[in-house]
Amino acid sequence: MKVSRRDFLSLGAGATIGTALTPLPWKLMDDVSIWTQNWAWTPFPEDGEVTYVTSTCTLCPGGCGIMVRKVNNRAVKIEGLKGHPLNQGGICLLGLSGLQLLYDNKKRIKTPLKRIGKKGEEKFEPISWEQAISEVCDKLSNLRLKGESHTVAGIVSSKFGVLNNLFKRFLTAYGSPNFLTPQSGSDSYSTAMFLMQGVDCNAGFDIENSSFILSFGAGLIEGWGSPVRIFRERTNFNQNGGKLIQIEPRLSNTGAKADKWLPLKPGAETVLALGFAHVIIKESLYKKDFINTYTQGFDKWKQTIIDTYTPSYVSKITGVKEEEIISIAMDFAKSSFPIAICGNGKDRTPESLSHSMAVHSLNGLVGNINRKGGIWTVPLPDYINWQEALIDDIAQNGIKKERIDSAGTKQYIYAKSLLNRLPEVVNLGKNYPINLLFISEDNPIYTLPNTNDVIKAFEKIPFIVNFTSYLDETSVHSDLILPNHTYLERYEDVSTPPYFIKPIISMAKPVISPIFNTKHTGDLIISMAKKLGGKISESFPWDSYNDCLKKTLNDKWQMLEEGGFWVNSTFNPSKAENQFKTASGKFEFLNAAISALSPGDIIKPEGDNSVFPLILIAYDSIRLSSGFIESPPFLIKAVESTILKQNDVVVEINPQTAKNYSLKEGDRIILTTPKGEAKTKVHLFDGIMPDIIALPKGLGHSNKGLNINNLMGQIEDPSSGFNICSGIRAKIAKA
Amino acid sequence: MDALDDEKKNTSKGFGILFFIIGVIMSLIIGWIIFPKLLYSKKNQPIDFNHKLHMASVDNGCASCHFLRKDGSFSGSPKLSECIGCHSQVQGQDPEELKFVEQYVSKNREVPWLIYSKQPACVFFSHAAHIKGAKMDCVTCHGYIGESTSLKVYEQNRISGYSRDIWGKDISGILKKNSWDSMKMDDCAVCHESKSNKSAREKSVQTQKEGCFVCHK
Repeated sequence: MKVSRRDFLSLGAGATIGTALTPLPWKLMDDVSIWTQNWAWTPFPEDGEVTYVTSTCTLCPGGCGIMVRKVNNRAVKIEGLKGHPLNQGGICLLGLSGLQLLYDNKKRIKTPLKRIGKKGEEKFEPISWEQAISEVCDKLSNLRLKGESHTVAGIVSSKFGVLNNLFKRFLTAYGSPNFLTPQSGSDSYSTAMFLMQGVDCNAGFDIENSSFILSFGAGLIEGWGSPVRIFRERTNFNQNGGKLIQIEPRLSNTGAKADKWLPLKPGAETVLALGFAHVIIKESLYKKDFINTYTQGFDKWKQTIIDTYTPSYVSKITGVKEEEIISIAMDFAKSSFPIAICGNGKDRTPESLSHSMAVHSLNGLVGNINRKGGIWTVPLPDYINWQEALIDDIAQNGIKKERIDSAGTKQYIYAKSLLNRLPEVVNLGKNYPINLLFISEDNPIYTLPNTNDVIKAFEKIPFIVNFTSYLDETSVHSDLILPNHTYLERYEDVSTPPYFIKPIISMAKPVISPIFNTKHTGDLIISMAKKLGGKISESFPWDSYNDCLKKTLNDKWQMLEEGGFWVNSTFNPSKAENQFKTASGKFEFLNAAISALSPGDIIKPEGDNSVFPLILIAYDSIRLSSGFIESPPFLIKAVESTILKQNDVVVEINPQTAKNYSLKEGDRIILTTPKGEAKTKVHLFDGIMPDIIALPKGLGHSNKGLNINNLMGQIEDPSSGFNICSGIRAKIAKA
Repeated sequence: MDALDDEKKNTSKGFGILFFIIGVIMSLIIGWIIFPKLLYSKKNQPIDFNHKLHMASVDNGCASCHFLRKDGSFSGSPKLSECIGCHSQVQGQDPEELKFVEQYVSKNREVPWLIYSKQPACVFFSHAAHIKGAKMDCVTCHGYIGESTSLKVYEQNRISGYSRDIWGKDISGILKKNSWDSMKMDDCAVCHESKSNKSAREKSVQTQKEGCFVCHK
């Protein structure tokens, strides 16, 4: 028998027909279709019991209450906490995206790391917690023995809260005065209010009940203050018929939603504010009863304002038309609850003291202080009442030394901390060297201006210990990384956020148990203190951070643990006995301290205008996180193409300026400032003044856009020492 | 030569039919017998659980362990915390119980039960709507598992990863004797599109316009 080709075909035909008579093809088709839904990269929601945990978001200073939905031990959704006095159930885009910061396998630090490569090379080896702590403590003991305890410094994210105060206490007991915190706009306000009202307080703004807001660049919908609260209050303000005047060189979203956008030359805000004051005084529109009863130094101050800040002079300096200055000042003063506020976008960087005081004077003129729709003096958090740290002789010698940043010295008398000065001081070798630097929950290499100088300074510091959850610009330059739990894995108290009008404490608590081998920084500080022994150890009578937090919050603990927040809802600033604590017991337009400040009403951007004809300014976007926390991918996806085009950040240029350079939309340019240069693309924008160009803050992590701090410098406020730079001279050329 | 050619043709024609029949028979054997054997891998449950024994000692039937949570979601297989009440110590002589206590309870490890009725993630099913709303009993879909003394072998589909119980033991998918024999969408439709069960049909939002998204989220 010989099998032919035809037989073979017959076999095939038989097999085909036979197969069709079996369930095989249909069953396979069904199975394969299910298989395609189960590929390894397809995300599946966890299945299990759904629970909710009440906590507080600490991704920005806003302090919103959150409710996290969990399935088993997996957090699946962050929502705003209903009934929370700040956000009332609302949440911002960053808060919503927080889970991407928790479950970020690439950026999260999973175990203590020790640097083995060069600084910035990202070469680390994992070490045990015991080894990490003993390495730090050995270094600390050696420095103490050599009498160099003051050469240790600590940078923490804020001066408030139990953790940051534990850090401060640790440095004090150890013997270092160098507790450094970044400054923000609220520090400028607090200093201005201290000088004019004599009260050490936080500023609060009753936006909702105000009838007229004169905003000097405050990004009310860009993330100023506690963002969700301000969003909501601005909407209510608007619906109540309030009038908003937005004064800034670049039209922000707040400006676009305002009744009027008033562009002015950058750095001329103080002059404009005093120009408004001039009109109010000249037209006799100020609240005479308030001025006569509650203020001091008005007549003398009035004279300077009348003599100097005439509309014609102010118009020349600011670029605002005289008639607009007059009409806006009159509308402001005639309104029933007018309020003047300042702020640089999100207000994460301070204003000059003269600017804050000029704006506060406007509020003084209309008497809108500590009453409905006005500016309130909100007491500083007072729940941390520990006994003084115990100081031994070495510590005594250490803390007597001048601070590395000279804050509190004669030159910077009103500053409590000047982190911005650290890179310069270290680079120039002023004062004394820093031998060991602690960093907790901050990313100064990213957030401080003039990145190159900051990196240079950090490379000079022999040992940097970083308590952070993420591999960021600063941690790659650190020698030891001691990973902290993320904000969804730890306890933390959050005190009154910037510009809220009532004292409030919110509690962040663990939503899930820690994913990686991380430890709470508070526990590490306490273990370091115990290991160092002596009075340092005695200064920390707590078993753990939680023990300390519980004892500190005392009777409020249970309420915070259960409900998530405590608020003094009946707080009334007008009843507070300490409204005005100046020598005269009144609001002081002028006094000896104010007269002694260096004048400086115009801020000139750094750089030679013959070489750099343009001015580069930075702006904030609600869709970008510009601080220590990096924008998670959800935020970056939401950024408009007028900010980021693929991986390129775009620079905003007025069409008129672009014409001078023959530039079209999308052209590639090289942007140079005295501090650096960058390649970018052009975006023509009518909402920016001619000869001013703008870049957003908050980009440049990974390969998305660039960090504007690479191009920015510093301008030191002669009165406060704060860095008040919001612009720098620049030039552009076609790439 | 012609005669030889004819003979050749005839022979090849005869063989052709033979090969055709062989092809049909082979593929029928493969499709009906070999393929189902190859398609499923067999796994034993980590612990051979005795439903009958437990049913005798609980008050609330199946819902004693497989209950609806407060939010209406279904708890599924019991978690260790629910077993620990009785099994923190070994109770009897059963080697399976000993294994359970030693390997799971004392190590605080959840038992990785293999779920016979697990549906793909894109299928939404509410137990509450069926148990409470339609007042159905467990047996209708799950059979008499509550009366079993031993857990059957878990047959896992090598391609889709789900249990054989979803498609049903019968590979043809046609011969269904009991309502719990299979758990595909057509099995849902038995009630939801039923001509005789008027109340189920009329309440079925799933079979109305845009009803797909009620279950397929």
